[in-house]
Amino acid sequence: MFDAHVIRKDFPIFEKRVHGDKPLVYLDSAATSQHPRQVINTIVDFYEHSNANVHRGVYALGEEATERYEGARAKVAAFVGAPGPTGLVFVRSATEALNTVAGGWGRKFLKPGDEVLISEMEHHSNLVPWQMIAAATGATLVPLPVNIETGLLDLDALPNLLTERTKLVCVTQMSNVLGTINPIRRIADAAHAAGALVMVDGAQGAPHIATDVVAMDADFYAVSGHKMLGPTGSGALWAKPEHLEAMDPFLGGGEMIREVWFDRATYNELPYKFEAGTPPIAPAVGLGAACDYLTDLGMDAVHAHEVELTRYALERLDALGDVTIHGPRDMSVKGGVVSFWYGDIHPHDLGTIVDTFGVCIRAGHHCAQPLMRRLGVPATARASFNVYNTTEDIDALIDALAHAKEIFAGGGGVPF
Amino acid sequence: MSLDDLYREVILDHYRNPRNKHGLDDSTVDLTHNNPLCGDEITIHAIVRDGMVVDVAFEGQGCSISQSSASMLTDLVKGKPLAEVEKLILDFRTMMAGKPVDDEEALGELVALKGVTKYPVRIKCAVLAWDTLQEGVQQAGS
Repeated sequence: MFDAHVIRKDFPIFEKRVHGDKPLVYLDSAATSQHPRQVINTIVDFYEHSNANVHRGVYALGEEATERYEGARAKVAAFVGAPGPTGLVFVRSATEALNTVAGGWGRKFLKPGDEVLISEMEHHSNLVPWQMIAAATGATLVPLPVNIETGLLDLDALPNLLTERTKLVCVTQMSNVLGTINPIRRIADAAHAAGALVMVDGAQGAPHIATDVVAMDADFYAVSGHKMLGPTGSGALWAKPEHLEAMDPFLGGGEMIREVWFDRATYNELPYKFEAGTPPIAPAVGLGAACDYLTDLGMDAVHAHEVELTRYALERLDALGDVTIHGPRDMSVKGGVVSFWYGDIHPHDLGTIVDTFGVCIRAGHHCAQPLMRRLGVPATARASFNVYNTTEDIDALIDALAHAKEIFAGGGGVPF
Repeated sequence: MSLDDLYREVILDHYRNPRNKHGLDDSTVDLTHNNPLCGDEITIHAIVRDGMVVDVAFEGQGCSISQSSASMLTDLVKGKPLAEVEKLILDFRTMMAGKPVDDEEALGELVALKGVTKYPVRIKCAVLAWDTLQEGVQQAGS
């Protein structure tokens, strides 16, 4: 039985008090998640008992490190529904995964006049790398519009937007601003029919929704380790192995080679072709532990918990009144991310005030400036949820918001 | 650490009733800066002539700290000689760096922003208008 109050005890950081004696009400998991003891202990244990470089050592400790690293690879592959570990590349972040595809696939295969269709709700990490590669290759970026009213992608426009020049569609599994959960399979089918591949940004998706890259028919899928209870410096790129075979490596160096002469090199087999240099070994092992933790909870239960929290948050925000909520309201297409304005209080001011109550929300453009422009706002406040959040956290947010209103409505000062 | 320190009446007053918030005909300085962290934007319009800031105005949007700071700045520097304006800019930045300033009185209402130093992330908001003015004044001088 999923009980966030019990799960919370696995996370040492919640013993912390902020601004004196206030409990930590952490509502910014979309920025980074907190870590359970199980993940932290795994990393410490690796460094204390198994640490060596991987794939090279002829000694037992090296074998042990390699086993743990490759074991983690299998876990992450299984977590995202991959058929096996061959297509699962360890990188240091979802951003690095996206850049690997842009730099390795995009640079090789995009030609002048080719089009890359990118949704208007993308995080900068699934936009800027494509801007850079488009500039280098002469390809063009085409926007896949967001319907501002519904918070959904305008998929009726897809048939017109997918031309014979479209080579790639870039789309997020779940928006880090609107919470929108996109119908990846539907988009992938349309893209494939038009001869294009699909790059899915799973940074927000994998931590919160049961993920199956085969069911999605994704060609490329980016995983953010630190957003799914794993350590910072962990992440993965999953891709259909035929794409990884065909594309160039992104980073060059040791490990990703087979033979090296002075003027040339041959590359290693998959997935090592894309793991140049010493990989993020301990972070990867930590990410494996995070996969174990989430798998034990069950991703359907995780998702159901966040749906409940989001529903409650929307209810309480509506009751507060004068709250503008961006993104869908339909919980079948909305994940645990709520971007909002409270009256006309600037998100930055809101964030600072609720901080003094121990409440952590994010204020800003959330690395989605094009989306902010479409929404017609410079920034939003954002509350986001994870397995350790409870309805009490949301209550604390609402109380803090009410105080903010007092300050901006009446005179200055707060009675405490 | 009280929110009083940050959201003093004077800050909220300048935020709700900004002074000198409009464009300027015949301006010699028009410069826009923004704070990409949160979307604050300030445009400084100024008429700099014969070594004086003859007139100054601002336009913009953003948080209470960035906008009130801009409003107070325009009140303070209007009609002052450039040398004095440059000293005020320096003193304000010194204050915002948490260091003592000789002539705090000269900063007038802006001392209300001293509390921002307790919220380091917001210091960028407070100095946005000042950075913009400083660059504009330098450009006009050259």
